[in-house]
Amino acid sequence: MLQEAIRGGRGYWTLVAFWGVLILIGMGTWGYQLSEGLHITGMNQDITWGIYIAQLTFMVGIAASAVMVVLPYYLHDYKAFGKMVIIGEGLAVSSVLMCMLFVFVDLGQPARGANIILHPSPNSVMFSDMLVLSGYLGLNLVIGAVTFEAERKGAPPPKWVKPLIFLSIPWAVSIHTVTAFLYSGLEARTFWMTAILAPRFLASAFATGPSLLILLALILRRFTTFDAGKVAIQKLAMIVAYAVAINLFFLLVELFTVLYSSMPHHTDAFRYMFFGLEGNNTLAPLMWIGQIIGVFCLIALWVPKARANETFLAVLAVGVILSLWLEKGVGLVVIGFIPAPLGQVTEYVPTLPEAVITIGVYAIGFMLLTIFYKIIVTVRDRLGPA
Amino acid sequence: MDESRRSFLEKAGKTALGLGWGLPLLNTACSEAGEHEHHIPLRSDNQWAMVIDVEKCQSEEIRRACIDSCNVAHNVPNIPDEGDDIAWIWEEEYKHVFPEQVHDHTPASVGDMPIMVLCNHCTNPPCVRVCPTQATWKRETDGIVMMDMHRCIGCRYCMAACPYGSRSFNWRDPRPFIETDADGNLPTDYPSRTKGVVEKCNFCAERVRVGELPACVEAANAVEGGEGALTFGDLTDPNSEVSQLLHDNHTISRRVGLGTGPNVYYII
Repeated sequence: MLQEAIRGGRGYWTLVAFWGVLILIGMGTWGYQLSEGLHITGMNQDITWGIYIAQLTFMVGIAASAVMVVLPYYLHDYKAFGKMVIIGEGLAVSSVLMCMLFVFVDLGQPARGANIILHPSPNSVMFSDMLVLSGYLGLNLVIGAVTFEAERKGAPPPKWVKPLIFLSIPWAVSIHTVTAFLYSGLEARTFWMTAILAPRFLASAFATGPSLLILLALILRRFTTFDAGKVAIQKLAMIVAYAVAINLFFLLVELFTVLYSSMPHHTDAFRYMFFGLEGNNTLAPLMWIGQIIGVFCLIALWVPKARANETFLAVLAVGVILSLWLEKGVGLVVIGFIPAPLGQVTEYVPTLPEAVITIGVYAIGFMLLTIFYKIIVTVRDRLGPA
Repeated sequence: MDESRRSFLEKAGKTALGLGWGLPLLNTACSEAGEHEHHIPLRSDNQWAMVIDVEKCQSEEIRRACIDSCNVAHNVPNIPDEGDDIAWIWEEEYKHVFPEQVHDHTPASVGDMPIMVLCNHCTNPPCVRVCPTQATWKRETDGIVMMDMHRCIGCRYCMAACPYGSRSFNWRDPRPFIETDADGNLPTDYPSRTKGVVEKCNFCAERVRVGELPACVEAANAVEGGEGALTFGDLTDPNSEVSQLLHDNHTISRRVGLGTGPNVYYII
């Protein structure tokens, strides 16, 4: 099965080479960061986490969203997702790896990374996050490989994998909950310290992940023989429509509490988010763009005819991902640090090396995804139409 | 460091170590004998604390002395880029240190007042709670929130968790930014740090161990009128100087509502 990864046409190799080049540039830049120190990033003593940790947060959501195809298929026997499940699991595996790499490139002393395992600290949410992420990676690798191998042989998957599949469902919820707890348990950061953070993370995850799956399914259909099926794609669109609505609802709930009570240390971060503080408003335009795109997509997704048009649906999927990426992969982490505990309003803009390293990590994930999907498509091709 | 100072420290260390093994009574007796004016017990059973007299600290000379002595004692670099600079003890405006104590009618003379800030060595430290490697921990014997620079992986979770902004990350190699003498030696032999680790005030654990007061306290005391600007001692001993000050004065500490239990107190 794995040999399919090294047998491919021109298109496949071009894509792999493209990711490869980005990875090499990213690794080179990371080497530069390693020798220079993290001062080459846009982070500083006030804003100590930036785009790397923000991408961890965003990608944990993508990873968790595999449950949106796994759950209907295995718990509700929803057959239309039959072809989609392995696509979701492949996405989960590559996203979790990206998450871990995003933490890794953020470390000041990456060579000591193993200290997290050597000195286990159960009271640290970062330690717990590492545990649940590793567990989720293992579960999806095993489940994906075993069920796909069974499919290739035309046999039903072994019985022992069923409990693992059921376990992977709450586990998916746990990875994003624990990632939210990284933030929501800090009394120092009012912006994050809200019980709605974990639910918000899950809602936005179940909007972005299925949106990405829709895009991937459409891309696979366009360029390969793989077709997830119209029904599956429409069902995913429905899931996205609900998730985007719930996410917006959660945000409004948070905004109500903050604005109605109008406690300064609560409102400050939100004021910075949408209007800026003390003349610092770098993020505000992006936050508005994100919210406007989000609301537009929400309305459009609830128009049946708009949703049914796959080209337009692809545009909406891109819109949802962009909107929630701005909310979670840009705004959420950085704004938590503004204003700083001693009142300073410092801004953060990622530097070029930081952006290149980020792209490099994404390229590693997408190269892996390309290889996974190449294997899946080739094997399914050989099996013939189901 | 010059030889005479080194040998003095050595002697002080040995003396202190010897006393540590002896009876606490003997320890007290010695200090009463005037060996050190501010002799402090080697070990506190529970918690070191500091009381800062805000009034006395209005003298810029005193504040400068505290900050400089700390920077020298711990080889703290002076990095021109403020976003990268390291600080163990520094000054901030009253309104930012005690945001809950100011209101619309607080006069600027109060709101803008300089206040010395440092790690609070909290009773319930959030930084310790979140550290994924136990590179920072609360020492049971004396309550100092310690930092192991060799274990820290530089994830900066502690910095997100600290409500006081008391921690600094080495965004770059700090060594080129430490002022050296003509021979290129660092000011003291306190280990300098590498890039990629977090650091902060350690309540001068290395000095307290040998029976000395923290550098900032000693420096303030040495300035005229600075005696008692900063007071250091054992909070669990009701007769200690800090306990007495807390008993006799109205003191506040930073953001008590968060429940972290800061052990640095301010006499306003």
